[in-house]
Amino acid sequence: MDKESLNLPGYDIPEDMQSAVAVTTLDRIYNWGRRSSVWPLMFGLACCAIEMIVAQTARFDLARFGMEVMRPPPRQSDLMIVAGTVTKKMVPAIVRLYNQMPEPKYVVAMGACASSGGPFKEGYNVVAGIDKFLPVDVYIPGCPPTPQALIAGLIKLQEKIDKQSIRNVRWYQKGPDSVEVPVPILGPDLIDPRRNPDIRETASRNEG
Amino acid sequence: MYGKGILKGLSVTWKRFWNTYLDDIAWLLRGKKRYYTEEGIKHRSSKDQRGIFTIQYPEERLITPEEARYVPFLVYDEKPDGTREQRCTSCGICAKVCPPQCIWIVRSNDPNTGRPIPEPTEFYIDVDICMNCGFCAEYCPFDAIIMDHDFELASYGRSVYNMEKLLKPASYYKSIRPQQYERNEAERKAKEAAKAAKAAGAPAAPAT
Amino acid sequence: MATTIPQTETTQPSATDLSARFPGIVSADTRPGFKGWIVPKQNLLEVATVIRDELGYDLLSTVTGVDYFPDNKMEVVYHAYKTTGGPGLEFKVQVPREDPVEVPSLIDIWPGVDFQEREAWDLLGIRFTGHPDLRRILMWEGFHGHPLRKDWKEGFYEEEFKPFKSRWPSGQFYMAEDKNPYHDNLGFPPNFDPEKYIPEGDALVYGSLTRYSVKNEEGLSTDHIIVNMGPQHPSTHGVFRAALMLDGETIMSLKPVIGYLHRNHEKIGERNTFLLNMPYTDRLDYFNSMANNFGYALAVEKLMNIPVAERADYIRVIMAELTRVQNHIVFIGNLLNDLGAMYTPALYAFEERELILDIFEAVSGARMMCNYFRFGGVVRDVPDDVMQKIKDLVYERLPARTEEMDRFLTENEVLVSRLKGVHVIDGETAVKYSVTGPLLRAAGVPYDIRRADPYSIYDRFEFDVAMRTNGDLYDNYLIRLDEIWQSLRILQQAIKQIPKGPINSQKPQYQVRVPAGEAYGRIESPKGELGFYVISNGKPNPWRYHVRAPSFVNITPLEKICVGNKIADFVALFGVIDVVMGELDR
Repeated sequence: MDKESLNLPGYDIPEDMQSAVAVTTLDRIYNWGRRSSVWPLMFGLACCAIEMIVAQTARFDLARFGMEVMRPPPRQSDLMIVAGTVTKKMVPAIVRLYNQMPEPKYVVAMGACASSGGPFKEGYNVVAGIDKFLPVDVYIPGCPPTPQALIAGLIKLQEKIDKQSIRNVRWYQKGPDSVEVPVPILGPDLIDPRRNPDIRETASRNEG
Repeated sequence: MYGKGILKGLSVTWKRFWNTYLDDIAWLLRGKKRYYTEEGIKHRSSKDQRGIFTIQYPEERLITPEEARYVPFLVYDEKPDGTREQRCTSCGICAKVCPPQCIWIVRSNDPNTGRPIPEPTEFYIDVDICMNCGFCAEYCPFDAIIMDHDFELASYGRSVYNMEKLLKPASYYKSIRPQQYERNEAERKAKEAAKAAKAAGAPAAPAT
Repeated sequence: MATTIPQTETTQPSATDLSARFPGIVSADTRPGFKGWIVPKQNLLEVATVIRDELGYDLLSTVTGVDYFPDNKMEVVYHAYKTTGGPGLEFKVQVPREDPVEVPSLIDIWPGVDFQEREAWDLLGIRFTGHPDLRRILMWEGFHGHPLRKDWKEGFYEEEFKPFKSRWPSGQFYMAEDKNPYHDNLGFPPNFDPEKYIPEGDALVYGSLTRYSVKNEEGLSTDHIIVNMGPQHPSTHGVFRAALMLDGETIMSLKPVIGYLHRNHEKIGERNTFLLNMPYTDRLDYFNSMANNFGYALAVEKLMNIPVAERADYIRVIMAELTRVQNHIVFIGNLLNDLGAMYTPALYAFEERELILDIFEAVSGARMMCNYFRFGGVVRDVPDDVMQKIKDLVYERLPARTEEMDRFLTENEVLVSRLKGVHVIDGETAVKYSVTGPLLRAAGVPYDIRRADPYSIYDRFEFDVAMRTNGDLYDNYLIRLDEIWQSLRILQQAIKQIPKGPINSQKPQYQVRVPAGEAYGRIESPKGELGFYVISNGKPNPWRYHVRAPSFVNITPLEKICVGNKIADFVALFGVIDVVMGELDR
């Protein structure tokens, strides 16, 4: 991190002390530390997963951004890159994984399919975008987005993290640290428990 | 001897490790900058590459070939008096040929004559569904919709592009796809010359 | 060195006249554009046994169900081939379309039809009597309806066929969610109460695992451990789940659970037109998009009966073989990853893949989803500077790097001790289970479609069919290296022989006229036999579009392969079958 972005503007530090002293806010240091070591969850669903893996390999090294380790277990990761089509059969597993991730956690919808169902939106087994279940921070369109586009999206996520403040993040407030998303059930079609009364009412109105 | 295979493999890794720095030294001795220059990027993406393979996005970018396809954009020609002339005549072929049907065009009729206006009233592309196939650009008879080279489209929300966002000047088209631009300009001029010749020769010879 | 098979004579197509063998029972399919033999339901088992034993068609490659809704019948189409080579035999069964729709199961004759029959039950509702475990395979138990039936409409149903009229000329933008009463891609039976619904869960999956008995002398009771190597796992190649029953670390029983990436290619394919399906085929086996395009283009060109421009044929072969090289190199990298060599061989492999993808991007416009083939040829020509890049790769860089990979890994003692001796599958079992591709060739059966039933211009090139005899993990690793060398040989010949000329025998058009009929186009994709079965009824949209995916059929013997091995070996065994979830689940 260079001195310009670390130092709080408006403070004049004498020349001979510039290499030893920096005046900054707690927010900046905290956010700098958090955004420079985001560990993604090793979670690829479909074709976008290949571009995500390629972004980790030698040509587009993600380790330069601090995201070098892709952790398999959700308890050790900060970022879930949903790469690929989200299908109804897979959604309960995805939501369970999201609930197991500790705060602070972020979700990036990589590719057309995770943003909105993509070209498969009309399929009977496809969920039209992961934002129907999880709160998404950054959307990266493309089919698949090239590794450079993925890195551009992750830089946008880093900028978003930079703007957060420890005064109003959820995990430092009173109340529960994180809000659990209820796990959907696979019935005659995908049942989202938050919409139970809705579904019951619409099903009683329709003749099928 | 047990371990000969492992030593053989280690010699390969060792050679690659050395190659990483040998090229650095060779370029330094030749007095050329290896990183952050286009020549360096070209060398690291060619068959002569040994050692370092990384292209450090975002400071260095891969050389985009002319054919590359990301999301489409509409082309307008800039007239000498500053007005924009759209090339799109809202024929609807791109909407018909889009595999996930993500192009929406409104073509309205002239209130006086009742015939359709050769310009789209509204034009939407749902970029979160677009699968970057290139069919719309391939089958457009007027060269009015072209695939862009811009991949940094990550955003914090969903994106549906309307006509304002999609319109870009023909000079931009020329800068990203020079060869295709030249080919199409030559075709258009040939067609116009043929039309002019036909119009001049029509009173003399009947059409067969 | 590999045991290679020199160029063999392909058997002459014998006019297998089934109607002469079974007079009065079997009749030829006389619909215009259709071929094959129609077998009545009650004689199916007898005819199938004769086909396998007397006529010698030992590899049953495809089982497809078709719904003829207006004619009120359902059909099951079988394609059988001989491992000695030659064209195949197609036979069908037609049954009336009233529930229950029943067809006898061929699982005792060809065990490889197991998963394909379950898929026909799941998606079309055809019940196969005699199948030991007829559960849904791609959708989950409890799903209402059989989705591929013509009268089943999905949640986001807009119109029967594309292009939709709602996009032009009055294309006011709307979200598809607003048109469905549930505001989402959902449909429930009438008067459904979600709070009273009890999901069956995985009881059926766990119930189908075979229980085993353990001798305990001291009177201690032991329990069976069921472990899920679940959909999210670092070593399964994508979203694949295996329910394992373990005794310590040894696998006693295994049932694969798939369908986590079922993206409804076939239903979307029926809504698309023929041309619009081409980019969707890219997304099937997303590692080898050029190969998928190739198979689909072949199938539709057979239907349309059009020739392919010669230069385009050579370009197709060059792209297909480059795809094979990058697939096998990445396979080696991924296999080593699964074994625990944390990432170094994979990184070396991905370097070569990047250079090949650069060529694909310069030619077709995209790295992975190339969308390059059209009916009658390819869409763009290969410019001279890209041809020079291909020459550089094929003559200098790829042979050097393949040789380096060989030196790096092949004699490594750790690799040899992990891979050698772990038996995968033997030749006879592999043929019975419809296994194709390098897995079959490493088991000792030299069946390669490029030699057995040549398509495109593969009969003009000299190459050997790579084959290994032991059928263990080490041979599966070595055969990929052999195939890379053979592909480089084909590439060098193709680059030398490529003529100048047009790249498409048809003019570019987006409304393709396809006459009525059926066609089955198959290619040797890097993973096995990739086939596309397309039925057209003269309209711009296909009537039935089925993908015979090699990954899906190759995991049929998974339980047989893995039982008795340890979990650490399961990871390597599953990795060596070389699956891609995009085509497994379609």
